[in-house]
Amino acid sequence: MTGAVVYFSSASENTTRFVESCRFDELGIATYRIPLRTGDGPLAVREPYVLIVPTYGGGVVAKAVPPQVKRFLNDPDNREWIRGVIASGNTNFGEAYAAAGRIVSAKCKVPLLFTFELMGTPEDVRKTREGLARFFTQQ
Amino acid sequence: MAPITVPRKPLKLIDRVSAINWNKLEDEKDLEVWDRLTGNFWLPEKVPVSNDIPSWQAMSEEEHTLTMRVFTGLTLLDTIQGTVGAVSLIPDALTPHEEAVYTNIAFMESVHAKSYSSIFSTLCSSEQIDAAFAWSEENEFLQKKAQIVLDYYEGDSPLKRKVASTLLESFLFYSGFYLPMYFSSHAKLTNTADVIRLIIRDEAVHGYYIGYKYQRGLELVGDAKREELREYTYDLLNELYDNEVEYTESLYDGVGLTEDVEKFLRYNGNKALMNLGYPALFPAEICDVNPAIIASLSPNADENHDFFSGSGSSYVMGKAEETDDEDWDF
Repeated sequence: MTGAVVYFSSASENTTRFVESCRFDELGIATYRIPLRTGDGPLAVREPYVLIVPTYGGGVVAKAVPPQVKRFLNDPDNREWIRGVIASGNTNFGEAYAAAGRIVSAKCKVPLLFTFELMGTPEDVRKTREGLARFFTQQ
Repeated sequence: MAPITVPRKPLKLIDRVSAINWNKLEDEKDLEVWDRLTGNFWLPEKVPVSNDIPSWQAMSEEEHTLTMRVFTGLTLLDTIQGTVGAVSLIPDALTPHEEAVYTNIAFMESVHAKSYSSIFSTLCSSEQIDAAFAWSEENEFLQKKAQIVLDYYEGDSPLKRKVASTLLESFLFYSGFYLPMYFSSHAKLTNTADVIRLIIRDEAVHGYYIGYKYQRGLELVGDAKREELREYTYDLLNELYDNEVEYTESLYDGVGLTEDVEKFLRYNGNKALMNLGYPALFPAEICDVNPAIIASLSPNADENHDFFSGSGSSYVMGKAEETDDEDWDF
């Protein structure tokens, strides 16, 4: 399979839990984590990937994309390989729900494939696994 | 029924205080959440609830009674969280910044509690208000949920207190939050719904943060204790859920909305567990919340963002959104 998942997770580890539940390795999909701290050195990805990004900002759309994810996407060599985005959030934040996904989609001109809340339900995990397997086959 | 008496033993305050230094953070989440909470600060006076007067006057007496009972129930929970719940977490804090965040949470819960009074004074007569508060002291299910949570706040387990607190923030409010979202989806009391949306937004940050601190606390205990707390969490959610179902029936049977509210309860019960780091309990097929309610909460949470289960013919491209562009190089 030609496709990878790049994700970011804060210290809450919600997105990490979601990614772990998806068991992407079984599908032949590699996973890369964007480092939490700048001191950890930048991540470089040079293969097609879907970004899984949590929404920050507590309801403030302008602050929705985590700074670490912006740094990663600001590298044109990383940006070249993004094929889609999946975003998490919380419907409690109203208009800002999963706003990070819409912003990245607009900025990078890739589709917003899916949204889920917090660490995702088993249903979200199933949909993402099946959906991404199909998506990468069609690429 | 007499009002609930609390606390049975005096609240233990912290043993010592050092000046808080926000330039030396032990957990960056503290500052991140402080910034979110202070950035989201609001007061009910900012929302023109008086524009709802014509809408309120067009509603039936049964709808009036239901609304006031629901809001009085929410007021009770906010009062508990503001004066007991969030305050009881302070002595257990692992960092001085965590203590400061709890003081913010406590204050905002008091703002929430006052918001309902502000809505009441705009829309209702003093007789109606008195009757609703009298009802809140007589409803056994409302009193029971208050008592269950208060018992844990007074107990001696810091981690169980956080579980109870997260379940209050992320689960117990939602039998009440359903109603203004429902009315708003029918173009009724839309300004009132705006106040409730601000409260809902705050509660999400509160539940997230207390749940996060619970998980940090879990890292400091052994496997056996961790397993005990996991079981305790699911047991407490089940106990509260059973009571919520009865509370919901006591409120919504008359208007035929009970089943719809129960789906919303289960949906939020799952989210409360996730805030505590645990997997969802209720399966998707019994959490199929009325799409009008979800849309009322979040206009962007629609099927368009599920490319995977769609026909696959098209997917959504995000529209240009307001963002802080200086952080983006392209």
